[in-house]
Amino acid sequence: MTSSATTELAFSSATEKAFAATLAKYPNPRAALLPTLRLAQEEFGYLSVEAMEYVASRLDLPPSKVFQVATFYTMFFKRPHGRHHLEVCTSVPCCMMGGYEVLRHLRDRLGVEPGDVTPDGRFSYAEAECLAGCGHAPLLQVNSEYHEFLTPEKIDALLDSLE
Amino acid sequence: MERILSANWTVSGAHTRPVYEQRGGYQSLRKALSMDGAAIIDEVKRSNLRGRGGAGFPTGIKWGFLPRESDVPKYLAINADEGEPGTFKDRFIMELDPHRLLEGCLIAGWTLGLRAAYIYIRGEMKLGAQRLDAAIDELYAANLLGKRILGRDGFDFDIYVHRGAGAYVCGEETAMIESLEGKAGQPRLKPPFPAVVGLFGCPTVVNNVETIACLPTILERGGDWFAAAGSDKNGGPKLVQISGAVRRPGCYEAPSGVSLRDFIFSDEYGGGMRDGRKLKAVIPGGSSCPPLSADELDVGMDFDQMREKGTMFGTGGVIVIPDDVCLVRMAARTAHFYHHESCGQCTPCREGTGWVAKILDAIEAGHAKREDLDLLLEICDNVEGNTICPLGDAMAMPIRGYLKKFRADFEEHIAHGACRFPAW
Repeated sequence: MTSSATTELAFSSATEKAFAATLAKYPNPRAALLPTLRLAQEEFGYLSVEAMEYVASRLDLPPSKVFQVATFYTMFFKRPHGRHHLEVCTSVPCCMMGGYEVLRHLRDRLGVEPGDVTPDGRFSYAEAECLAGCGHAPLLQVNSEYHEFLTPEKIDALLDSLE
Repeated sequence: MERILSANWTVSGAHTRPVYEQRGGYQSLRKALSMDGAAIIDEVKRSNLRGRGGAGFPTGIKWGFLPRESDVPKYLAINADEGEPGTFKDRFIMELDPHRLLEGCLIAGWTLGLRAAYIYIRGEMKLGAQRLDAAIDELYAANLLGKRILGRDGFDFDIYVHRGAGAYVCGEETAMIESLEGKAGQPRLKPPFPAVVGLFGCPTVVNNVETIACLPTILERGGDWFAAAGSDKNGGPKLVQISGAVRRPGCYEAPSGVSLRDFIFSDEYGGGMRDGRKLKAVIPGGSSCPPLSADELDVGMDFDQMREKGTMFGTGGVIVIPDDVCLVRMAARTAHFYHHESCGQCTPCREGTGWVAKILDAIEAGHAKREDLDLLLEICDNVEGNTICPLGDAMAMPIRGYLKKFRADFEEHIAHGACRFPAW
């Protein structure tokens, strides 16, 4: 892959260490693709074409294989998202337990549609399929943390607490 | 009732090795190391342990498909991709009692002569992944993982955590293997089955988190004890979950075969309906299971009794739907889920799940005709059984169930040209 040679993207030294540890877990580099895409997303914010090409070069894979995998999984972001990305479960049973009310409340509070980023870059939010928190509905996940049994007051307090 | 699988959930620090060991942890592994693999497989067969990821296949028999001798390494792949709506039990095990799962992996590794275990955990479950990683580090430090485990020559075993990245279909075992290999999670044609050609082309046994977490108890108390702790052919205590319009939603441990009615209404479990609402339908085992109506609750919660009722026990995720919720909308939401999660490689599933979702949306919006109900059933027939994996079936079965048991609700929408329930 030649285009990756011209890109300026590179892992930080901390990410390099994590990348080496990841490679050691698998008998071949291809198997490390999902965790390496996650490292790239954490490092670069989202998976731009350049970021995906960089991952391809690091694992010696054709970029097309990396694009295919990055677009298959919903947790890989192909465009920028907010500093805090909120995912609201609206699957069965959350749909009947207030999941859509949470989504509407976020739209009212943040003034943008799902998938879009607030002008200050602080927030984005999306509808998620089952987050395995059905007993604690309605719920959302942000920064890998679950917030459960949500009410409008709890959502407001949560938004205020996120810089 | 004595809690077994969830005994550590209320103990502070039980996710760490010192506390887990204080409470008897890793004694079952030591016992296993004094037995040969065949004797352990025999205990597991006697225990009537059945796969707790949804299919209910007897674990001992599944293990028997793995070749004894192999020139290449044999692997264990733990299915921790818990994503079936209504299901949230494995998350508790991994966050609160990760060593129970790891001890089970070690017992399976010794029993079956495996090289390593990969735990495929949902990408969303960061805390579970962190707790597992920390617990694995503790085990390497104590010679409970790595080379010559506890001084046993030839017992070399590693455990790795592999995080998914958001795809329900990766809960299907061959899609999970594809994903572990760094590919899109598209299920493989079978045969060959994973026991013969699995992860990295090697023989692989795939088991659910809760299934493997039962092994320390089976070793400790014996297969006969475990079998007696459940119902006929359904061994052991079971983690069952309840969500929806009940007073006490959550994950509970109950004997296999407990009555569904008791589970919903007893104060020990679901606590009955919340806010004076009335029960309309129950999904007994995760969203792919056909619903039961309010007069069908006197059934034991195990794989065989639920099948006799025309539904499934699945993952044991009970979803309670009250009568102020529109069932057409629930059916549509279910179809949209499976459409969203279809991997796209089989036409009947890729197209059929979308068509069903669109027709259900039209019924809900009051734009449908009576013939559309038959069209729905026809599409379900054309999806079911015509795909590589059961994801399409998982859409067809509940939709057909809603239509069979609650057809009047659908007809009312068509006759009135509208839904009488308030918007979500």
